[in-house]
Amino acid sequence: MSALSRDDVAHVAMLARIQLSEAELDRLAGQLDQIVGWVGQVNEVAAADVPPTSHPLPLTNVTRPDEVRPSLAVEQALAAAPMAQEQRFAVPRILDED
Amino acid sequence: MSTRTRTAETVVPFEEVMRRFDPVMGLEVHVELNTATKMFCGCATEFGAEPNTQVCPVCLGLPGALPVVNHAAVESAIRIGLALNCEIASWCRFARKNYFYPDMPKNFQTSQYDEPIAFGGYLDVEHDDGAGGTEVFRVGIERAHMEEDTGKSLHVGGSTGRIHGADYSLVDYNRAGIPLIEIVTTPLTGAGERAPEIAKAYVSALRDLLKALGVSDVRMEQGSMRCDANVSLRAKVSDDPASVEQAAVPLGTRTETKNVNSLRSVERAVRYEITRHAAVLDSGSPITQETRHWHEDTGVTTSGRPKSDADDYRYFPEPDLVPVAPTREDVERLRATLPEPPQERRKRLQADWGYSDLEMRDVVNAGALEVIEDTVAAGATPAAARKWWTGELARRANSEGVEVTAMGVTPAHVAELDGLVRDGRLNDSMARQVLEGVLAGEGGPAEVADARGLELVQDDGALEAAVDKVIAAHPDVADKIRDGKVQAAGALIGQVMKEMRGQADAAKARALILERLGVS
Repeated sequence: MSALSRDDVAHVAMLARIQLSEAELDRLAGQLDQIVGWVGQVNEVAAADVPPTSHPLPLTNVTRPDEVRPSLAVEQALAAAPMAQEQRFAVPRILDED
Repeated sequence: MSTRTRTAETVVPFEEVMRRFDPVMGLEVHVELNTATKMFCGCATEFGAEPNTQVCPVCLGLPGALPVVNHAAVESAIRIGLALNCEIASWCRFARKNYFYPDMPKNFQTSQYDEPIAFGGYLDVEHDDGAGGTEVFRVGIERAHMEEDTGKSLHVGGSTGRIHGADYSLVDYNRAGIPLIEIVTTPLTGAGERAPEIAKAYVSALRDLLKALGVSDVRMEQGSMRCDANVSLRAKVSDDPASVEQAAVPLGTRTETKNVNSLRSVERAVRYEITRHAAVLDSGSPITQETRHWHEDTGVTTSGRPKSDADDYRYFPEPDLVPVAPTREDVERLRATLPEPPQERRKRLQADWGYSDLEMRDVVNAGALEVIEDTVAAGATPAAARKWWTGELARRANSEGVEVTAMGVTPAHVAELDGLVRDGRLNDSMARQVLEGVLAGEGGPAEVADARGLELVQDDGALEAAVDKVIAAHPDVADKIRDGKVQAAGALIGQVMKEMRGQADAAKARALILERLGVS
């Protein structure tokens, strides 16, 4: 049985703001299900003594001192914005208030 | 898009609600740390800077930029956790909270999810017991975790200028990435009718604690400390809100009132939601689990949006950051840096200064504890320091709507003024005139006194002459005093002060009058 349903894919697409056609949904649901299955093979290899990891490097506590570094010039910061006004990024109106 | 009405909803009077319902609260406080730089990049964190001048590829979420954790922010987080009697995780990670909203240019907020840096603590909160004394309520702290603040949006266009109907929004990312600690309480039960006051007392105590720790500016009016208040009601089954029977009643559906940003509003918002929930429940409808917006001006909340599928944040461990694993040595080193807890400090200072409970409460309510401490350290007597800061200066600050410490008068000024009074150079009314001059920016107290020619006449000859003149002019009053009516001396003292044009020491004048009339 498949791990990832067509509905799951539609839901994730909605959350990621990706619009998919019915045909794309069919195709991607199958592909993503296969990918999840392959990744799932890790579970078969990992024994109970292998802790899950989120990072390939065995490091902890990588920090920097609390010292100010130069920021971008405001022109640079806004250069990639499709629209700017009053030195701010202009974005389509926001519906939610929080 | 739904339209929203701002008409007040039906509410049930608070006292009536309390006869039938038991309130339960959960408080989430976000506090911005006062580090020099952001959580994950070296951008400055100065409040009020020009828009988008404190941004870089990391906090703008540009491709390829990599975050690095601010060491000082982690230490502050641990100190906050310790001060809240929490356990400190020996290993924890950051997580991505994914959502689409332009206040975060990355489309996710770097936060912590199931592995907070601090958890399982409490804060004991003193509050008024309603009978002139104080009670302690223990607020459970579920967790305190590290995250980053979001950008600030400005909404343009539309008929109201508010967000609905706005044509577009303008975003300033200076605040995006500022270190933020979210402190979450356990569901607070057992508060009963005191729930709104306890909510306020908790936020106030937390603010004092964070201030004492020196980790944040904790300025609610600037948004460096913000509160979200969760409220629910359940059936009341016992007159004791802390009873076992009451605790056994399942919790009701809650609402979350966002951005309640003053101490007074915390109390009002909790009280309002309690009275609104009761009206909804009385009408037979269920409570909708939703966010609510608090309106400071009208004192009501309005519906935000219901929880929905879009609230699936798909948290996952942040792959660009490695775990934070404070050693036990680090934790103990930081524990040793904790300040005296504010409640204990208050008790110690009250004893040192010899203030009554009432005086101490006035001092605390006036927010004058630190400034009085500094004034006493600068050489003033505790009584004089209290008199000036909670009297004349507090009145002035109040009428001008500013903080008592923001009027240009320093603890050193007040100590100097008190010194001049104690040295007999100024009397009370002259000291007040000198203070006027200091407030007007004419200089320090001694300078103002010199410039304005305010100084008690030290020449005893002049005072004696004035006393003799006044006694001779009022033989009837003098006779009364000779007959033992010492309180009649007040009238003569007034005359003497007039003769001296106010520049005499009233106590000295009194002594002299009594001496002259043979009753001293």
